[in-house]
This record gives sequence, structure tokens and C-alpha cells, in this order.
Amino acid sequence: MPDAAVFTAFLEAAVRLGVPLALAALGETITERSGVINIGLEGSLISGALGAALGALAFDSPTMGVLVGGCAGLAVSAVFATFVVGLNTDQIITGTAITLGGLGLTGAVYQARFGVTGTALTLPTLGPVSVPVLSEIPVLGAAFFHQAPTAYVAYVLAPVLWVFLFRTEWGLELRAVGEGPSSAEAAGVRVRWLRLVATLFGGLLAGVAGAHLALAHAGTFAENMSAGRGFIAIAVVVLGRWNPVWVLVAALFFGAASALQFFLQALGMDVPYQLFLALPYLLSLAALAGWVGRARAPAALALPWPRSGPQP
Amino acid sequence: MPDARRLGSAVVALGALLVTAAIAALGLWLGGYDVGDAAEALVAGSVGGRDALLSVTLVRGVPLVLTGLAVALAFRAGVWNIGAEGQLYAGALAAAWVGLAAGDQPAWALIATVLAAAGLAGAAWALVPALMKLWLGVGEVITTILMNFVGIYAVAYAVHGPLQEARGVFPQTDPIAEGARLPALVEGTRLHAGFGLAVFVALALWAVFRWTRAGFSVRAVGASPAAARISGRLNDRRVMLSAFLASGAVAGLAGGVEVAGVTYALYEGLSPGWGYTAIAVALLAGLHPGAVLLAGLLFGALEGGSGAMQRAAGIPAAWVSAVEALVILAVLAADQAWRRSAALVGPSREAVPEGGTGA
Repeated sequence: MPDAAVFTAFLEAAVRLGVPLALAALGETITERSGVINIGLEGSLISGALGAALGALAFDSPTMGVLVGGCAGLAVSAVFATFVVGLNTDQIITGTAITLGGLGLTGAVYQARFGVTGTALTLPTLGPVSVPVLSEIPVLGAAFFHQAPTAYVAYVLAPVLWVFLFRTEWGLELRAVGEGPSSAEAAGVRVRWLRLVATLFGGLLAGVAGAHLALAHAGTFAENMSAGRGFIAIAVVVLGRWNPVWVLVAALFFGAASALQFFLQALGMDVPYQLFLALPYLLSLAALAGWVGRARAPAALALPWPRSGPQP
Repeated sequence: MPDARRLGSAVVALGALLVTAAIAALGLWLGGYDVGDAAEALVAGSVGGRDALLSVTLVRGVPLVLTGLAVALAFRAGVWNIGAEGQLYAGALAAAWVGLAAGDQPAWALIATVLAAAGLAGAAWALVPALMKLWLGVGEVITTILMNFVGIYAVAYAVHGPLQEARGVFPQTDPIAEGARLPALVEGTRLHAGFGLAVFVALALWAVFRWTRAGFSVRAVGASPAAARISGRLNDRRVMLSAFLASGAVAGLAGGVEVAGVTYALYEGLSPGWGYTAIAVALLAGLHPGAVLLAGLLFGALEGGSGAMQRAAGIPAAWVSAVEALVILAVLAADQAWRRSAALVGPSREAVPEGGTGA
């Protein structure tokens, strides 16, 4: 049996790695509930990371970094929304382009600003904050309640978004737009407006997720550092059945899968580390295969609206 | 095929390219770069001379044409294969493995085995998301993207572990057997027989779409799986599966050709994202195999010229990905504009099948 300290360290890493997935997936949950699937989430995430790095350096403040990162993620999703909601373009292809462009543009800006061979960037980091009382809980307290403030944003957002989605009028309207936009419109809901807001909210949270990655996890920015987390977040939404509370749980589970690498190294087990790098993606595939039958996506997900041409 | 539709494709592609060029130039200017120098370097580095054209642009174009064809084939069938990148890596891994294990078989047999292994591996990589789509109803968009990462890490594992070079210094394989390498197409340049293969695949796919029952089936299922099924003459699931696997095979072939024709070895980061660039290539070409050939070579010139731009004008190479994304967005916007104007006078152009998306 590993001792409690190793286990606590593992859980701490699991939460630290799970938080960016949770933030991005919570935002994407809202976006998808409105009938929009944002494959460009990865682009928002990496832009959030670079924005956070630049903001934290410019203002010498990690808090400002998170703010700038969130705005960068929002700006990227605004481009996505302009095409998908404004021009009614295909969501999958547009999202792919946004991700490609986000990775390219952040790479270009980073190279232009810091040079190609430059040594690793050191950023003002977003340090952990202890929650009084709760952080005193044995084993779990130090893992869950001695984290960067962005973790607490995720903890609080999950139940808040659940209440919003399932217990408020606006949440009902949002879900109606995702299930049947034409009926929702007939009932007086502004379909495009809600889809725009839901998409921007998702981009904002993905930006904050990127900021967490750069400032609370890595302490630096590197090209492609998002490493597909935007896509995993989309799988997490499915696994969490479009329910914010389960989405948070699923994201932390994936964080644990990513943290397994450090845990087994600490135990002195010699397993090829590429295997562990691939683990979250394999788990996502397995989760989609085993889970998707029991979950139902919003009926109008990824469908342009209003539809041109006859309805099937 | 009505002439209006072909005209539409050409107008959309040209409009998209002009818009992209304008925005890219504006971006460089805002970034404080010399746009004139950049354009000069781009042209000189891609088509300015025999060596730039044959050894850079055409060589860079080969994997883009092949992956572009893979994407176009899948999209035509209404299959959202975003996984060309992973399928390419699977093909490269298989090609390197066969090429390393080769004995003293005749060259033609070796090369055929290497390319067949690459195609099979690409198809196998596509089989996982294909079966998940058809058996379990899991949309292929996310699963193909996830398989990309698995493919990249599988190659990383191979070149750090079982396939690492004998010296054990760098994460790469030893060079593959001489006999497993693709011969040069033009003596004294890096242009290899894979270019001929890419042209052949493009023409073959074009012929298949134009004249065969299989090509018609793919187009029919892509246009509307429900209509194809109800007609009673087509098994839409079988057509989708075939198109998915064929798409994976062509993408895998791209990886095999790169290993057998250019690098002669496998290493991490073999592809700078060709599988994603392929989407821009296929869309710019309006999913037409013949046009993919042109679009692939155009992007080959862009990627080839970007090296010269970095040297001459200091423009970061990552800028190319942003330009490729711009091309996709510009095609989407131009297509919408064309549809709206064409809707006033006649039938509209279909850039992408209107069937269900893979979400």
C-alpha cells in the first residue's frame, strides 16, 4: 500500500489536471445544450493559455493573466459564433478551422514575441489557496481544497449551472433551443441570440481553462500545450451526459487518468510514459463507446438553423 | 455535372484565396513584417527555380494531395473523418516496420509490401471510429480526433522503444532497407515516385466518382443517407464503412509514401499536421479529386515557401497553419455568399453533403 502522502499527491495532481477539463467541459455543456457543438474549443483553450501568459507578464499579475486568458478564449469563440450562428456554416468544419487557426496563430505570436529557440518562459504563477476548515480534512483536504482559485470556480460553477439549466426559465429556454429551435422560436425564444451567448460563455470558460493550464499547472507557455484537452473536454461532456454536476465528476476522473503517470513513477514502476500520455484519449474512446448509448445529445446539436432546404 | 456547379466551385475557391491572401497580408503588415519581402520569398522558395519547384513544392505537396483525397472521399460519403493525421501516422509506422524488417527481396515486391502495409494500417486506424459509428452510434468527429492522438503517441512509443535506432541515441528508427525506398522520379532532385502515385490516386478517384456504380453510391449516400436507404438499392451503412476505410487507407498511404520516399525513417513529429491541412485542401477543391491535386500542390507551395519566408523575412513558420485555417473559413463564407446569390437564379452548389453531421 502506498502511504497517504503519495495518495494525496496523486489526488492533488488529478484535481490540478482535471480542472482545465472541467472548466472547458462545463462551458461546452452550456454551448451544446443550445444546439452548437464547438470543435474549436481547443483553439479557445490554447489562446486562453497564451493570453494568460502575455497578460500575467504585462501586468505582473496572475489574476490579470486569467482575465486576459478568458477574454482571448471568448474572442476566439466569437469568430466561431460569427460563422456558425451568423453565417450558418457547418459547425464541424468551422470548429476544425478555428482549432487549426488557434494553434497556428498562438504559435506564430509566441515565436514572434519570444523567439523560436528561447528558453522556457517563466510566468507569475497562480498559487494554491487553502480553504479554511475544508483543507484540514485528512488525505482529501489537501488535494481538493489547497488548489488554485480556478479550481474553486469549477467546483462552484457545476451546481450553479445545474440550477440554471434545470430550475430557471432561461435554462429551459436554452434547452428548448438545443432540442427544437423552430418550436422554441415559435414560442418567442430568440434562438440565434441564445446560441451566440452560449457559445461565447463556452469560449470564456475554455480561455480560463487555458489560463489555469499556463499559470497554475505548467507555470509557462509552450506551443500546442493544450495537447487535445479541448477535444477530451467534448468527450467529457458526453460522459457527463450534458449534466454540469456529472461533467465535473467526469472531468476529475480524466484528471486522475492523466495523473496516473506521476503516481506510478512515484511508486517506482517502469511503464513506458507514452502509454500514459495516450491513456486519456483511449479512456475517452472507451467512455464514448460504453456510455453513449445511455446518454442522449440535444436533438438539434450541430444542425444549422434555420435550415436551408427541406427538412427530413 | 451541370456547368453552373463547376463554375460555382471555381468562383468560391478563387474568391476564398483572394480573401485569404488579403487578410494574411494585412496580418503580416500589422505584425510589423515587410509584406513585399515576404511575398517575394514565398514565390522564390516555392516556384522560383527547378530545385524549389521539384524538390520542395512537389515533394511537400505529395502528402497533402493524398490526405486531401482521403478527406474528400470521406466527406463525399458524409463521413466526417477528421482523423487523417492519425491514419497517416499509422501508415508511416507500418511502412517503417516493414521497411526495417525487409530482407533481400526484389525492390518492386518490397515497395509494394511497404505501401500495402501503410494502406492497411491507415484503414485499420479508421476501422475503430467506423465501427463505433455504425455499431454504437458514436459520432465519428470526436473519435477520429482522439485516434489522432493515440496514433501520435503510438509512434512516439515505437521510436522510443521497440523500433528505436540501434545506436539508441535519438528517438527515431534506423533507415529502412534500400530496396524499400521509392525511386527518384527526376534524377538529382528529391522528387520521388510517390508523386506519380498521388497523381494516379487522384485520377483514379476522379474516374471512380464519375463513371462507376461505387462512386455513384458514395455520392448518393453523402447527399442523403435516408434517401439512399429508402430507394432500396443501396446499403448506406456498407457504403459509409467502405468509404471510411478507403479514406483511412489513402491517408495511411500518405504516411507510407513519406517514409519510403522522403525520410527513409520514422520519428516523432513526422507530419506537421498534414491530416488537418488536408481538410483545407479538400474544401478548397470542392471535394473534387482532380481539384484536390491542384489544391494540394498549392498548399505544398505555401508550406515549401514558408521556410524561405522565415529565413528572408523572419516570419514564424506556425503562421502557415493560421493561413490554412483562414482558407477554410474563407471557403465557407464564399460558399454561403455563392449559395445566396445562386439561390436567386438556380440550383445551389453543395460544398459539403447535407446529411447528418457526425457530432
